[in-house]
Amino acid sequence: MALLELDAVSKTFSQRRGGRAVQAVAGVSLAVGKGETLGLVGESGCGKSTLARLALKLADVTAGRIRFDGIDVTEFASRRMLPIRRRLQAVFQDPLASLNARMTIAEVMREPFDTHGVKLGANLDSRIRELLSFVGLENIDLQKLPGQFSGGQLQRIAIARALALEPEIIVADEPTSALDPSIQAQIVNLMLRIQRKRGISYLIISHDLDVIGHVADRIAVMYLGVIIEQGTATEIMERPLHPYTQALLSAAPTLAARRQAGWKRIMLSGDPPNPADVPSGCRFHPRCHLARDICRTNAPELRAMPGLGQMVACHLAPEETARTGAEVGRARRGMQAVG
Amino acid sequence: MILSVRDFSIGFQREGQNLVAVDGISFDIEQGETFVIIGESGSGKSLTGMSIAGLQPQNAFVSGSIRFKDREILKRPDAELRKLRGPQIGLIYQDPLSSLNPVWPVGDQIAETLTAHGLAGRDEARKRAVEMLERVRIPDPHRVASAYPHEISGGMRQRAMIAMALAAGPSLLIADEPTTALDVTIKAQMLELLAELKREMALTIVLITHDMGVVAEVADRILVLYAGRIAEVGPADAIMLQPSHPYTAALMTSAMISQTPAKQELNAIVGGAPGLGAFPPGCRFHPRCPRAQADCRTVEPPRRKIGAVELACHHPIAAAVPLATARN
Repeated sequence: MALLELDAVSKTFSQRRGGRAVQAVAGVSLAVGKGETLGLVGESGCGKSTLARLALKLADVTAGRIRFDGIDVTEFASRRMLPIRRRLQAVFQDPLASLNARMTIAEVMREPFDTHGVKLGANLDSRIRELLSFVGLENIDLQKLPGQFSGGQLQRIAIARALALEPEIIVADEPTSALDPSIQAQIVNLMLRIQRKRGISYLIISHDLDVIGHVADRIAVMYLGVIIEQGTATEIMERPLHPYTQALLSAAPTLAARRQAGWKRIMLSGDPPNPADVPSGCRFHPRCHLARDICRTNAPELRAMPGLGQMVACHLAPEETARTGAEVGRARRGMQAVG
Repeated sequence: MILSVRDFSIGFQREGQNLVAVDGISFDIEQGETFVIIGESGSGKSLTGMSIAGLQPQNAFVSGSIRFKDREILKRPDAELRKLRGPQIGLIYQDPLSSLNPVWPVGDQIAETLTAHGLAGRDEARKRAVEMLERVRIPDPHRVASAYPHEISGGMRQRAMIAMALAAGPSLLIADEPTTALDVTIKAQMLELLAELKREMALTIVLITHDMGVVAEVADRILVLYAGRIAEVGPADAIMLQPSHPYTAALMTSAMISQTPAKQELNAIVGGAPGLGAFPPGCRFHPRCPRAQADCRTVEPPRRKIGAVELACHHPIAAAVPLATARN
């Protein structure tokens, strides 16, 4: 049984003064198993952060169900969510914004214990020290304010705080995006280490395919409110089948690609799509170089690819996309294309 | 050579103390190349990039020399430098809204860069503004020329900013984190556009970034800054694929994720970059360096050459060993 399950969830924001309603998430189903990392990838405006908020119950779904460890929590108000929240924690992109700037680090770290009525008495301080040293902050001054720490240190504090009550899953929304490259690698390593030692699950949301491809067991790719491809990390990174996933993978250049002569990326034309103005048929068709009539009229279902593993929402997959997918995967790994 | 930087320093006075942010760096930029300045927060990369354009914070003190086409541009009067920016040196930033005026149609702003330098009359400038918008691949340049910045998409604004920077025909384009805030598919479009414009307009490009993927794609030569000093400078292939400086090697890890087996820990360096006024003695990288020895803690490493690369390190990684092998 999945630990966290989103079942056909949608979220519609209605605009004021008769503006058009915006469907940020349109019937998304995802499941995160125990000890598993699910990576959710997409560009700005695709609805991935809204989906994170729905999963965390920080916003209510318009339709669909959310289950945690088999319990339907869709209608749970905050009081009933409290015992679930202990097990379901969050880490955000900007730790300075997510930590109360006027609380000392000691207060920041004590807060989850207070909120959940966990009384450790004299042991509380040593527990806080233990958590901070687990994330690599052995000797920090607990009386300092968040503003006195660097971005990397703050993200470690945010992670230590999320770990305080030994959650079973952490939903992390762009946890490395605001950090310098050398610090990003540290946070990736920390998250991997936490999982290895504690068997925790992650739902990691990011636009960074390198990071997602490295840490995730499974990957879901989101475009304009829907999942357009989903599969194991190996399937998605080595042989993406949706033209959008292929473009995403080939758009982000890697060092490996630099080593190859004649490496060419798949370019998408046009601007990122606007969730207030969803195209007919396949939502990706205006930017797709393969698009034809059926793509303009019929929305493709997310369906299994016979013998290939992943699920893809594309009329033309895998017949017309498999070859390019394999090339994109090879180019990323720095291998010369064969044939 | 289009630009030559010698012993350049820039710093600030804070509470009676002189805090040096960039400390005596020297490098050259060749005509027609894409020269990338890499560094993390606090490395001094933006201060260096802006100084090349003759722009410094008002309260900064500077020393050394920056020569653009054999003309000194450091400590020159503003009026003289303003004549350079536009016709000689173009600038683009991360946020196009910081260079576009919100209450002025896009086309008029581009035209103004021409009229201000006396390069065209009003009507001619308007016409050339539309041509510039076409040149940056804006599909309906006439509409965009008469639109206000908020009326066009983010991608179009980015292109309009480039059109404005290039309208007066500069030979040097300085781009400060131009793709950092962009989605990957839009970033790809921007990189492609810059590469095409560079060819068509014979530009020299100075790119300031911390995005190793972008560096991997466009760089001809790379300057790696750490805590206000040069760690390494040289041809992109040598620096990216066989870095000699331990800091560069660590930075490249983030671009090498696809080469690390999934879920394995990355070759990360410890700690964070030091802030202004807290630079350590000796080699400034030594507290984070896996190769640091006693001399690194006390003696500033002299600049030395390994092949075509110049670096400042007492104990460089053997240059003959490629990065991927060295990490196994």
